[in-house]
Amino acid sequence: MANQPIITVKNLVKNYGDFAAVKGISFEVYEGEIFGLLGPNGAGKTTTLEVIETLREKTSGEIMVDGFNIETDADSIKKRIGVQLQAAGYYPNLNLSELIVLFSGLYGVNKTPMEMLEKVALTDKAKAKYKDLSGGQKQRFSIATTLINNPRIIFLDEPTTGLDPQARRNLWDLIREIRNAGTTVVITTHYMDEAEVLCDRVAFVDGGHIIGIDTPDHFIDQLVATGFEREKQTKGANLEDVFINLTGKEWRES
Amino acid sequence: MNPKYSNTRATLAIAKASFRSILRSPSAVVFSLAFPLIFILVFANIGGGGMSISVGVTKGCDTLNPVYKALQKNTIVHLIKDQTADEMNKNLAKGSIDATIDLKPFVPMKPIDMSVQYSHASGDKGAVLKSALNNIFYRLQSEQLSRIKAYSGIKIPDAVNLKETVVTGREYKYIDFILPGQLGFSLLSSGVFGTAFVFISLRLTLVIKRFFATPVKRYSIVLGETLARIVFSLLGALFIIMIGHYAFGFTLIHGVVTVLNMLVLCAIGLIIFMGFGFTISGIAKNESTVPPLSNIITLPQFLLSGTFFSVTAFPTWLQHVSNVLPLTHLNNAMRKVAFEGAGLGDVTHQLFILLLWGIGVYAVAVKTFKWE
Repeated sequence: MANQPIITVKNLVKNYGDFAAVKGISFEVYEGEIFGLLGPNGAGKTTTLEVIETLREKTSGEIMVDGFNIETDADSIKKRIGVQLQAAGYYPNLNLSELIVLFSGLYGVNKTPMEMLEKVALTDKAKAKYKDLSGGQKQRFSIATTLINNPRIIFLDEPTTGLDPQARRNLWDLIREIRNAGTTVVITTHYMDEAEVLCDRVAFVDGGHIIGIDTPDHFIDQLVATGFEREKQTKGANLEDVFINLTGKEWRES
Repeated sequence: MNPKYSNTRATLAIAKASFRSILRSPSAVVFSLAFPLIFILVFANIGGGGMSISVGVTKGCDTLNPVYKALQKNTIVHLIKDQTADEMNKNLAKGSIDATIDLKPFVPMKPIDMSVQYSHASGDKGAVLKSALNNIFYRLQSEQLSRIKAYSGIKIPDAVNLKETVVTGREYKYIDFILPGQLGFSLLSSGVFGTAFVFISLRLTLVIKRFFATPVKRYSIVLGETLARIVFSLLGALFIIMIGHYAFGFTLIHGVVTVLNMLVLCAIGLIIFMGFGFTISGIAKNESTVPPLSNIITLPQFLLSGTFFSVTAFPTWLQHVSNVLPLTHLNNAMRKVAFEGAGLGDVTHQLFILLLWGIGVYAVAVKTFKWE
């Protein structure tokens, strides 16, 4: 498949007062890929995402999302994207079904709670409150709310932070399923092993700049080609593999 | 395949979610229903009695004495006979007995020999008893005088020619005063506390931010929340009015029409009070600064706006303050509608002042309200 850009960011700058959070970022996200934004805290990842998600005004630059300009067509973009925010809460005192009904109304689509909860394997929690879910369940529910409007692109901001290995792998499977169903995924993470197995391409962001953009494989090959060697040779398995092997692959609901 | 996006549908979705959330929030139900009903229950029961004067009767007091019989018939005098002289003296000093009385045996044609002890501790009640006794003495003397007149031919002119009549009118029960005040209080706390809490928590937990990632319009969020709160508060008001009417005899002059007029007033009041709530949600840094800020708005009105006692009981300078507060005018309008049977057209003065408040409050709210 030809690499058709679905998001184009050109020279994006975002200042908060005197502080420049994003200093001229340019990149493209291709249709149907899982694209990772990687970088330390405060690098500008979340700010960049929130500008693309139409949640923040940019200072300058040009952004096109699925053929729509962020400045003139924010409403059309909102209808085509799904957004999971870092640490966002949900309307208090409502159960999962009722939250899905609320979001269906906000997006103006007709989705039954069960059909959405089924996609993230939460049908048995339909009557539970969001705050009573485990970490992994919370993230899966958040992803369910991003899928309600059949989006072309979903944005996931650190969806696996704080999850145990089983829940993390479970979420990877879910994200791959979503991508395989034709949705482009933009994700941020601090876990490089995660980016390595999950992302088709990654961009490294640091100090408000993009300092590299390529496939994980390419980045690793390039580094190895410079003569880089790990202090400790990797074995055929790592400690996480041991953990999964010992505790089982099934995901635990706490 | 994509139906046109409907703002109305989004607004109603928020209203429905908010309404469900309010119903499940204990504080909303307690403030809007339980507190007003408890206050009504308490005040409806202690308010009706009026004044009561406790008079201790000493041992050996002549209970066949005409003065004693007259006191027995007096509805505000409560005679206490089961205490020792010692107990009586102590209670008199504390003010839990207002006076003691000792009557020597009645001897015809001799002056009645009696002694009364009053207490500084019981304020005006001694004076009321004194006047009640004087009234009894006057009647006894008048009887003697008429007997004397019957024997002798001397004409003694009457000092006073008294004609007493009682006008029949609608009984103004305390419930007629307390219930509109409690409705006002319920609306005030729901409008200020409820609105401020909901918006600050939606903002801090990023619920609103997540909403902004959907096509929903800002006005839909405010409108949906307002709609839910109005529906909840009106149902609460209806419930309070019904309990007041059927359990405590609250007067509804024109029945259903009066109730509808009251509900319209409730909605107007609530919308204005919500303006305070919006303002506070914008000023407050976090949830724990909401209660003190809300109390600054609600407490003075709670005390000064005629919720429990009439504004006319205050000194004049304080009445001026009361007459500025929006709750005073809502309460006055509500009482006129409920008890005097006024329509909304008859309370335009109150509505006009509420309108001024509404304009002022929302001008501030628009400036201070924060989305994120």
